[in-house]
Amino acid sequence: MADAAFAIELKGISKAFGPVQANKDINIAVPKGTIHGIIGENGAGKSTLMSILYGFYKADSGQIFVNGQLTPIPDSQSAIRAGIGMVFQHFKLVQNFTVLENVILGAEEGQMLNTSLAKARSELERLARDYELDVDPDALIEDLSVGHQQRVEILKALYRQAEILILDEPTGVLTPDEADHLFRILKGLKDQGKTVILITHKLREIMEATDNVSVMRRGTMVATVKTAETSPEQLAELMVGRKVLLEVDKGVAKPGEVVLKVEDLRVRDEHKVERLKGVSFEIRAGEILGIAGVAGNGQTEVLETLGGMIRATGKVTMKGQPLPLQGKGADGQSRREAGIAHVPEDRHHHGLILDFTAWENVAFGYFNDPQYQKNALFMDNDAIRADTEKKMATFDVRPPIPTLAAKSFSGGNQQKIVVAREIEQNPALLLIGQPTRGVDIGAIEFIHKQIIALRDAGAAILLVSVELDEIMSLSDRIAVMFDGKIMGFRDPETTNERELGLMMAGVTGKGEAA
Amino acid sequence: MDYATLLQILDSTLRLATPLLLACIAGLYSERSGVFDIGLEGKMLVAAMCAGAVAFYTGSAWIGALAGIAGSLLFAAIHGVTSITFRGNQLIAGVALNFLASGMTVLVAQSFFGQGGRTPPLEGAARFNPIHLPFAEAVKDVPIIGTFYHEVISGHSILVYAAFGIVALTWWVLYRTRYGLRLRAVGENPAAVDTAGVSVKGLRFSAVMITGILCGLAGAYMATALQAGFGKEMTAGRGYIALAALIFAKWRPVAAMYACLLFGFFQALALRPDVVEAVVQFKVPVPFLDALPYVLTVLVLAGFVGKAIPPRAGGEPYVKER
Repeated sequence: MADAAFAIELKGISKAFGPVQANKDINIAVPKGTIHGIIGENGAGKSTLMSILYGFYKADSGQIFVNGQLTPIPDSQSAIRAGIGMVFQHFKLVQNFTVLENVILGAEEGQMLNTSLAKARSELERLARDYELDVDPDALIEDLSVGHQQRVEILKALYRQAEILILDEPTGVLTPDEADHLFRILKGLKDQGKTVILITHKLREIMEATDNVSVMRRGTMVATVKTAETSPEQLAELMVGRKVLLEVDKGVAKPGEVVLKVEDLRVRDEHKVERLKGVSFEIRAGEILGIAGVAGNGQTEVLETLGGMIRATGKVTMKGQPLPLQGKGADGQSRREAGIAHVPEDRHHHGLILDFTAWENVAFGYFNDPQYQKNALFMDNDAIRADTEKKMATFDVRPPIPTLAAKSFSGGNQQKIVVAREIEQNPALLLIGQPTRGVDIGAIEFIHKQIIALRDAGAAILLVSVELDEIMSLSDRIAVMFDGKIMGFRDPETTNERELGLMMAGVTGKGEAA
Repeated sequence: MDYATLLQILDSTLRLATPLLLACIAGLYSERSGVFDIGLEGKMLVAAMCAGAVAFYTGSAWIGALAGIAGSLLFAAIHGVTSITFRGNQLIAGVALNFLASGMTVLVAQSFFGQGGRTPPLEGAARFNPIHLPFAEAVKDVPIIGTFYHEVISGHSILVYAAFGIVALTWWVLYRTRYGLRLRAVGENPAAVDTAGVSVKGLRFSAVMITGILCGLAGAYMATALQAGFGKEMTAGRGYIALAALIFAKWRPVAAMYACLLFGFFQALALRPDVVEAVVQFKVPVPFLDALPYVLTVLVLAGFVGKAIPPRAGGEPYVKER
C-alpha cells in the first residue's frame, strides 16, 4: 500500500546499464504540494532516476506510485497521462517552430491545427497571468533567450495538465536574475498545489528553494531530510561521503609584474558576427582574473584566442613580447612555447581524446618536450608513461593506471588528467575554462587547491566559469562579460552576486562605459 | 521561336516535370521526417519495372501502377528498417538500394521477357492515355489562352494532374494538420517529439512509406505514361534531379513544384536543341542543358541563391540520450 498524501512514491527502483548499476534499490516519497530537491554528484544516478519516472528508461525492478496508485510508466505518454511533466536540462524544443507550435506538439486537439492553436493561445494567456510565465506565443524558439525557452518547457508541461513537475539542473544556463524568477515561478506552482521535483548539484539552490531534500550517492539514496533541519555542510558530506571544505582556503594575492596585456581584442565567427567587440584587460603574475558571464557571451572566444585556437584582431603582449593573433605563431603549439598552458572549457572535445590512453593524453601538446624524446627519431614512451604515473599520483587520479583509455575515467578524474598536464608545466600563464564542470565535489576541492597553489607560485591565471560561486571564491579580480564586451571589473571582496548578476544580464553599474 | 513551338515545349515541360515532381514530393516527406533518401532513383526504377511488367500481363495501367507502388514500397521498407530500426547510415543504405535496383530490374525483366532487359511495349489500356479536359476542343481556336489550354493544360495523362494535386495536398498536410506538425518536428528535433509522447520511429516510418508510394507513382508514370514499357536505366538520373529540386526548393512543397517545372523545362529544351540554337544564335551542346539542374543546385548549396537549410535532424538516426 502507498499513501495518497505522496504525489510520487518510488519503491525499490533499480536500473543497470551493462555492468554499471545506475540506481540501486531507490526508495523515495515526495509529499504533495512541496518542492522536493534531489541532490547528488554527477553520475550519482539522479537523472537516470528521473528518466525512469518520465518513462524514458524502464527500471529493471521496483514500483512507481503516483498519488498512492501503482502506476507503471513504460513510456513518456504514460508519464504525461499520470500528470508528470519534465523540463530537461537540454531543452526538447523545435528551434524553428513558434512557442505555440512547440506547446501543442504531441498534445494537439484532433487532426487539424487551427483549433489546437486557438485553444493553446488562450490557455497560455491564462498560465502567463497565473504564474509569471509570459512568453510571446508567436515568437520562434531560436529567437528566445534560454530563460524564455525554459519557460516554454514549463508551459508545455502545464498545458498537458502536469501536477508533478520535474526540473533537471534548471539553473545551469540561467543568470542569477533568471534563476530567481524561475524559483518564483516554482513557488507559485507549489502554492497552487502542484508538486515540484528539483534536481541539482548546487547546494545553495536546494537550501533556498526546497522543502525536503533527498541525497543520492553512487546510485543509492543516502538520506531524505527536511531542508530547514539541514545545512549545506551536512548535505555536502552526505553527497561525498566524507567531510568537504566548501569554502576555498586562499591567502591574499601578491600581484607582481604584468604578464598578459590584452588590448581591443576582436573576433568574428564564421557567419561574420562579431563575438568579441573590443576586449581589454591585463593579468599580473600571482593573480587570478576570473571572467564571469552567462555562457556564450564571448568568454569562450577569449580563451580560444589566447590559446591559439581561433584567429582575432587586436593587440596582445605576453611579458612585453607581442603574441601573433593571425597566421604564423597564432597556434596552440606556439602558445605553449610562449609559456601559456590551456585547460579548455570542453574537455571531451578539446582537452582529451577519449579513445586514447591516459599517457597519450598527457603527452598531447608537449610531444616536443625534450624529456619525452628517446633520440632524434623516436619518442620515449616509457618516459611519458613514467611521467604520467607521477602526475597521476600528485593529482590523485583514480585509478592511477596510465594505460587506461581516457573515457574509462570519471568526469572528475578526466579533468584532473587535463589539469595535471597543464599545471605541471609550470606555465607563466594558465588559461582555465570551466575547471569543475561535471566534476564531483571532492575533485572540485582538489582542483581549486591546485589553481591557488599555481597562483602562489607566481603564475598569472585567467579563469572562465559559468559558476558564479567558483568565480567569487577563486578570483582576485572579476571581469564580467556580456555580449562580447567586458561590462566592468569588480573586487570579489566588495561585490556581491546581485551586482554581478545584473552586469551579466547587460545592466551596467556605476555609469561605466560598456 | 513562334507561339506554337513555345506551346510544344511547355507541353513537354509538363510531361517531363511530372516524374520529377512526384519523386521530389516523395523525397520531401522522407527528408522532412529526418531520413535522407538518396534512393529515390532506385525506387522509381523498381516501380517502373514492376508497373511495366504487370501492366503488360494484366493489360491495365491501373493494376500496373499498384504493382509499381508495391515494388517501391518494398524498397522503402528496406530503407526504413535499415536507417530507422537499425540506425544504419542513410546515405549508404540509399546508395546500396540504387545499385540493387539498377541491376535487379534488368535481371528480372530479362528473365521474364528475354528482350534485352526491357518489358514488352504497352498499348491501349495498359498505358495511362491522355485525357482531354472539358471544353478543350471548344476553346482551341481562341487565340493565346484557348490554344494554351488546349495544347498545354489539356491532353495529359491522369497522373500529371494527380501530381499537381499532390503538391496542394502536401502543402495542406504539412502546414495545416497535426501529422504535418509532427512530421516537421521530428525532422528538426526528434527528442522534442519523443518527450511529447509521440513515437519517433512510427512517424519516420510513415513518412518513408509515403515516399515509397509517391516514388511508385513516379516510376509507374515513367513506364506506363511517359513511355510505353520499362527500359534499362530508364529513369536516367531523375531521382537525383528530384533530390536537387528538393534542395533548390528548400524542402517546401510549392517551391518544389516550381523547381521541378524549371528543371522539366530544361529537359524539354534539351529535346529541342534546334530551338535553343535559334534563340541564342549559337549551338548549345545538349549535355550542357542536361547539366543545368545540377549547376543550379550547386549554386544554391554554395549559398548564392538564398540559403538551403536542411531539416536539422536529417541524416541522424535517433538515439535516446540521457
